[in-house]
Amino acid sequence: MGRRKHPFQSLMDNPWLLLALGIAVPFLSYTAWGWFELYRLPLATLP
Amino acid sequence: MTTTTANDMGAPAAADEAPGFRQGNHQGAVRACDTTGLPVCLTAQLFIKLNAVLAVVFLLVGGVAALLVALTRWPSVHLLSAEWYYRTLTLHGLNMLIFWIIFMEIGILYFVGTTLLNSRLGSKALAWVSLVLMLAGALIVNATVLIGKADVLMTSYVPIQAHWAFYLGVILFAVGALVGVINFFVTLYIARRDRTYVGSVPLVVFGATAAAIIATVTLLHGAVVMIPTFTWAVGWTDQPDAAWYRLVWWGLGHQSQQINVCAMVSVWYLMGTLTTGSKPLNQAVCRGAFVLYILFINLASAHHLLVDPGVSAGWKIWNTSYAMYLAVAASMIHGFTVPASVEVAMRRKGFNKGLFGWLFAAPWGNPGFSAFFFSLVIFGFLGGITGVTLGTQQINIIAHNTLRIPGHFHTTVVGGTSLAFMGLAYYVVPLVFQKEYPAKALARIQPFIFAAGITIMAVAMSLAGSAGVPRRHWDIEFTGAQFSAGFDASAHLMMGFVGIGGTVAFTGLLIFLLLTVWAVFLGRSNAGKPMEQWAANAATVIQREHLTDHDEHKTPGTMVLVLLLLASFAVYYFANWKALADAWHVR
Repeated sequence: MGRRKHPFQSLMDNPWLLLALGIAVPFLSYTAWGWFELYRLPLATLP
Repeated sequence: MTTTTANDMGAPAAADEAPGFRQGNHQGAVRACDTTGLPVCLTAQLFIKLNAVLAVVFLLVGGVAALLVALTRWPSVHLLSAEWYYRTLTLHGLNMLIFWIIFMEIGILYFVGTTLLNSRLGSKALAWVSLVLMLAGALIVNATVLIGKADVLMTSYVPIQAHWAFYLGVILFAVGALVGVINFFVTLYIARRDRTYVGSVPLVVFGATAAAIIATVTLLHGAVVMIPTFTWAVGWTDQPDAAWYRLVWWGLGHQSQQINVCAMVSVWYLMGTLTTGSKPLNQAVCRGAFVLYILFINLASAHHLLVDPGVSAGWKIWNTSYAMYLAVAASMIHGFTVPASVEVAMRRKGFNKGLFGWLFAAPWGNPGFSAFFFSLVIFGFLGGITGVTLGTQQINIIAHNTLRIPGHFHTTVVGGTSLAFMGLAYYVVPLVFQKEYPAKALARIQPFIFAAGITIMAVAMSLAGSAGVPRRHWDIEFTGAQFSAGFDASAHLMMGFVGIGGTVAFTGLLIFLLLTVWAVFLGRSNAGKPMEQWAANAATVIQREHLTDHDEHKTPGTMVLVLLLLASFAVYYFANWKALADAWHVR
């Protein structure tokens, strides 16, 4: 009878879930957050 | 070299089945490696060869450019004119950081996806599309730079504008590389579908999968930033916002170097197995470290924006410190488990004398081993320590855009990744091309020459940068200007060492290139028989009776090396805080 697989092992055996997480985390933390901050910047007024 | 199986490279036991390999899905187009016994998909072999040859061609272009740049930054030589210096620096960056590395990485993905999973390549058509697009892109970029239409450096920051062909070339290359990565994922899918392996994929394949995931994020950023820049250069759209460009471009520029890190660590595990018979110490820990890379290493791109005013301190500190340290932890895990697995393997063979008997007895005459181990040391001690320090927001203010930054990444990308890939080539050529290297004595000393040169150059860059010498700049003398930057004699001395170290490293690179090209095109065939051993020393002799089971995971030598690393980091890190306090008095 087989042993039950640890959830972390299941994650590591699922390249598609890793791919989704690997895209989502840097996109949200770096790209989207940074983009949002730049979007909110007021335009500089010329002297 | 002992017979190797993919399981030696880290395939753990399945929950309810013995680990190992079933019947492959090759449909006849396969051969058994005469040395390792591993299956080699013949279609994949063709594309591994093509990608490896093109990688070496672009390495030559980037290497020649590197020598010219180093000889220009050496003040007493100052070889190139300003115009040709920036042109050559653009050429150097793109060929070394993008073309050489990514051609090699696509070859590695095809190798691990087929040979280590006993599977056929996902799609021959996709492999051709990938290769043609990447080659066309690289040729267009190089041609555009060489005719003087793209003196914009690798970053090509807007509003500096290159000819539209330059951006088109980058887009074609990025799309081609993405197609290659997709082909790897297709291979993973069909191997799993056809059950060509049982249990989890080998650790080396897992590491390559992590590299492929990071590559996907990287290349998507490349497409997002380069397409509007291309349409702007053609004249169809307005100029992209400069701050937005920098943000998204570094999602391409820095993250592409994280593909390197992942691929390099995978190569370390592979070379450890091929050269010493080592096996990963703990599957879950090593794989967990790769998961940390997948989730967090790409956030390091924020380092490049630490002095940009558009993004907040919260964004900077979260991305470069708190989250990023999880990826640093992953590097420290690999930095321990890789040498520790070598130590365990060597002690198992009876090399138990003292703390470092295993290290002195290691097969240093094998360029595959020496390149891999130098890569590990240079990346960890020099690249890791400087990277974490320079990535600290407060310290970055005294280092940003100085020569300390190239000093850092020449230890990670060149001393780390490129050297590891050279070590891999010493096995790829005999095993995949089935050709023997000529002049083996010269090949044995090549990693020593290259490692010494790149270490001298990178350390000198860091010290010159600490004296304020800027990165990228053509002439620190500011010849003909109304003012002098006033760099002292020590900075000039260090710039001299940059030139000397660069010349020594180029010599090592040239030896590698000449030997590899000779082996591939004129080398003696070893088809039908095992490859000739690189080092016939006692490290290959199994003397398991010298070791009890109790000792199997004792790694005192590696523990001392790790403590040395941490002590070096502490000294360097706090010295930088002191330098910051000296530069910026707060009362």
